[in-house]
Amino acid sequence: MNAFLLQYLPIVIFFAIATVLGLGFMIAAAVMAPSAPDAEKNSAYECGFNAFDDARMKFDVRFYLVSILFIIFDLEVAFLFPWAVSLFGMPHDKMVYAFVSMMVFLGVLTVGFIYEWKKGALEWE
Amino acid sequence: MPVFDPNTDPLGYVLIHLLGIVLVVVGVLLSLAFLLLADRKIWAGVQMRKGPNVVGPFGLLQSFADFFKFVFKEIVIPAGADKGVFLLAPLLSFIFAFVMWAAIPFAPEWVVANINVGILYLFAVSSLGVYGIIMGGWASNSKYPFLGSLRSAAQMVSYEVSIGFVIITVILLTAIKLAAAHQGSLVDAMNLQAIASMQQGWFWNWNVFGGGLKHLPMIIVMFPMMVVFFVSFLAETNRPPFDLPEAESELVAGYQVEYSSTPYLLFMIGEYSNIVLMCALMTTLFFGGWSPPYPTTGWFEGWSFLGIDASFWGQLHALVWFCIKTVFWFFMVAMMKAIVPRYRYDQLMRLGWKIFLPTSLVAVAAVAAWGVFAPLG
Repeated sequence: MNAFLLQYLPIVIFFAIATVLGLGFMIAAAVMAPSAPDAEKNSAYECGFNAFDDARMKFDVRFYLVSILFIIFDLEVAFLFPWAVSLFGMPHDKMVYAFVSMMVFLGVLTVGFIYEWKKGALEWE
Repeated sequence: MPVFDPNTDPLGYVLIHLLGIVLVVVGVLLSLAFLLLADRKIWAGVQMRKGPNVVGPFGLLQSFADFFKFVFKEIVIPAGADKGVFLLAPLLSFIFAFVMWAAIPFAPEWVVANINVGILYLFAVSSLGVYGIIMGGWASNSKYPFLGSLRSAAQMVSYEVSIGFVIITVILLTAIKLAAAHQGSLVDAMNLQAIASMQQGWFWNWNVFGGGLKHLPMIIVMFPMMVVFFVSFLAETNRPPFDLPEAESELVAGYQVEYSSTPYLLFMIGEYSNIVLMCALMTTLFFGGWSPPYPTTGWFEGWSFLGIDASFWGQLHALVWFCIKTVFWFFMVAMMKAIVPRYRYDQLMRLGWKIFLPTSLVAVAAVAAWGVFAPLG
């Protein structure tokens, strides 16, 4: 088999073992523990009264903002990975070129970051 | 340990890996049982209490008693819950928390999967951990879990960004050292085994001190990065002082409110496994991983003990150091829980986005500039 893919075989086995173990715990409780559900026990946690409506309600738009910002910066990190491992393998002049290019890229993103900051996207009051 | 060629003896190859994995899983589960107790004992000690002390000597068997208690409790699934997702969520949390151990190097040759993108793998799987929490909170169809999971997800993704930048600084530093040593391909800078072995020798070769005397000025960057990583991983694993998703006075227990019995246990094991894994990762990235704080070249050559040859004892020596460092960081995490008051949510977001993110971004530029422009000879 491909030697490169073989490196990942232990991870697949690990995944299988973790799944079996997790399912095992759940099944153990399902088999051994008592099961006597009633309407009160199965109602959602509330302060002593029945929930008025569905719990999946509207939530603050800032949670969306945070996730959008996260995607931008996580992508930025993803771009940095290949750059970080290849930067120091180059001759010095190309190394400087690669360094400066990445700094320009980070600089452009920083401008965006400053804009977000000034717009108040990072404020939680 | 016998080595099996996957081409001629695939069964032996799979079995030897299976054995190693079972060893790691059992080892991690047992350590978790005692670390959980240690966490409670330390917390109790700080508050001048005794902590759990009834089950077994000094309460040592408390975690096992808790385990059996969980198994014998009824699994309550709320009537309004989405049953499949509700049960899948803790399972995913547990699986993702465990498969990360596959890439952690315990000793120079003891690692389950020695992949050349080990750190990317850890970064990827730890991002997936958010799903367990989001799914758990949404599927419960209850107000508190929903709010808790929203908060938790926002908090985790916020700090993941700075963790990513901190990891980049370590990769850059390792790449600088690999390039200077002319050792192998630079892609190995993402291999956790290489990151650890490049920090061998005296303790000043650890990345937290800049990674060697030649790079000592980098201590100005790497030491703060270590602190950023430590604080970010507390936030990432929802540990106090950042345990807002389960801040009892506000949200009862966050996304875990509706969970009982083993589904809750899976969430809890997953959470603790994540914390200990982050301690192990912290050790590997900044404190030399398995490498002792002193050089051991030639220590174990041509020497055998109890009929087992030297290489095994060398590995064991490294493993002991790995465990010492990891447990030290777990102690620090436990102390943080005991002595630091809880953050407010807006303070948390401010710290993540307005302080850690710009700082770690500048640190990436600084380390890269050091590698490119510093006269390293």
